Amino acid sequence: MNFDLAFKHWDLFAQGVWMTLHLTALSLFIGMMIAVPTAFAMLRGGIAGNVAHGYVYLFRGTPLIVQTYLLYYGLSQFEVIRDSWFWRPPSYLRKACFEDFLYWKICVADFIPSLRSAWWCAVIAFSLNSGAYVAEILRGALKNTPKGELEAARAMGLTDKQVRKLIHLPSAIRRALPQYGNEVIFMLHGSSVASVITLQDILGTGRTINAKYYVAYEGFLSAAFLYLCITYILVFLFRAVERHYLKHLNIAEPSAKRGWFGRTVAVPAR
Amino acid sequence: MKNTDRILHIVAPLAVFGALAWLLAFGVGGYTASLLKGAAITLMLAVSSLVLATVLGLLGAWAKVGGGLILRSIANVYTIIIRGVPDLVMILLIYYGGQRAVNQVATSLEYEPFDVSPFLAGFFSIGIIYGAYLTETFRGAWLGIPRGQIDAGKALGLPPMLSFRKVLMPQLLRSVLTGYANVWQVLVKSTAVVSVIGLSDLVGLADKIGKSTREPFVFLMVVMLFYLVMTIVSERGFKWLEHRSDRWAA
Repeated sequence: MNFDLAFKHWDLFAQGVWMTLHLTALSLFIGMMIAVPTAFAMLRGGIAGNVAHGYVYLFRGTPLIVQTYLLYYGLSQFEVIRDSWFWRPPSYLRKACFEDFLYWKICVADFIPSLRSAWWCAVIAFSLNSGAYVAEILRGALKNTPKGELEAARAMGLTDKQVRKLIHLPSAIRRALPQYGNEVIFMLHGSSVASVITLQDILGTGRTINAKYYVAYEGFLSAAFLYLCITYILVFLFRAVERHYLKHLNIAEPSAKRGWFGRTVAVPAR
Repeated sequence: MKNTDRILHIVAPLAVFGALAWLLAFGVGGYTASLLKGAAITLMLAVSSLVLATVLGLLGAWAKVGGGLILRSIANVYTIIIRGVPDLVMILLIYYGGQRAVNQVATSLEYEPFDVSPFLAGFFSIGIIYGAYLTETFRGAWLGIPRGQIDAGKALGLPPMLSFRKVLMPQLLRSVLTGYANVWQVLVKSTAVVSVIGLSDLVGLADKIGKSTREPFVFLMVVMLFYLVMTIVSERGFKWLEHRSDRWAA
């Protein structure tokens, strides 16, 4: 085996790492934006609650790769979508560019999600997926909030909106931290699906190098090693955050019992 | 039963089943048989890799709990490495790298090298990945059993094997069930990724047929609904099992 290849192309791998991290972080961020209202809607019930349940049900019950395919390949079947702005922004928007914005050329059309581009499809699919998983995690945490906590907040004279924003949500997010850490790693691993729709993330770079030099191990092993490193960096970060924020709950097990790597990466709960 | 519950547990599953049946009967025009064949391959892959994962999980848990230093370290390295690498990377590595390894070993032993099929590669990689997760599940269940139970078996004069079978096993099964169900649900979804190395499972077939008929949405929708049905059925099944295994519990 010849790992000089990986070192020789370290710049490609650096770009791959950047793309993976960018994609994961963006999807998690948008996912969070989706998850908070969805979780509250699920708790409250009614029509919005049913819709929210349906969304979570659909996206947690199907594989991420199929969701990505459906968006990237599936939507092109419909002429309505192919003729719309989301396929190709109109020419006046494509021409509306700032030639010398600092050093770059920036166009308005760059900020319209285009369903023709693999990048936007990946971002949308991953965000919807992550949103569903996080919503389910949040719903559990919101539901398990001790009643007394909310009653105390109301007794202090907070309005319903204030209770949700200042008490209910922050307390739930704290308790959801361990599960959220799992979801972050699940998303990081899931983002490797992006390489299937031609994006050059870590795995995409590995595949490119394998194909270019006609080797079987080097590209994939380098990719695997990079994923491994990022995973455990995230694990230790989350461990530190949990230790800080969950100190009062006394549920953070002593790391001696958990072992250095124990129980940190688990499959997301049903 | 609350209204939301009724919609969630009765109406939604029926709608999913109905939509899948309708699409298979009228929506896919002549491709029903091959789609069903693909679904069978997906199912076979999922079940067989669950078996491999269970065996590996049991071995790993046994090594972690009862093994010496060497066995324990091997099991630790296995679970640490595997849980840090995405399933897609693992599958590609085993498919392409595994073929190369088979060729090298076979030629050095002067055998005829055989082809690593996509199914075999998927079976091994998914089995190995979820074996690592199950190792932790099984280990946790074992550690969760009070030591007093083993002592109680001894005090009753039961021989070790009988004590294991009659005292520990039922409790182990009970506490393993939730984690096991979880791993199964994730494993099923993981089988979709194997289509990337060219397996003609449901996803691979739907992708191919969808591209040739220029109706990718319809065929991918069939895949979505199929996986939803799998999720719903296994959720119900495991819930029933949990209910059953809790019959004696307080």
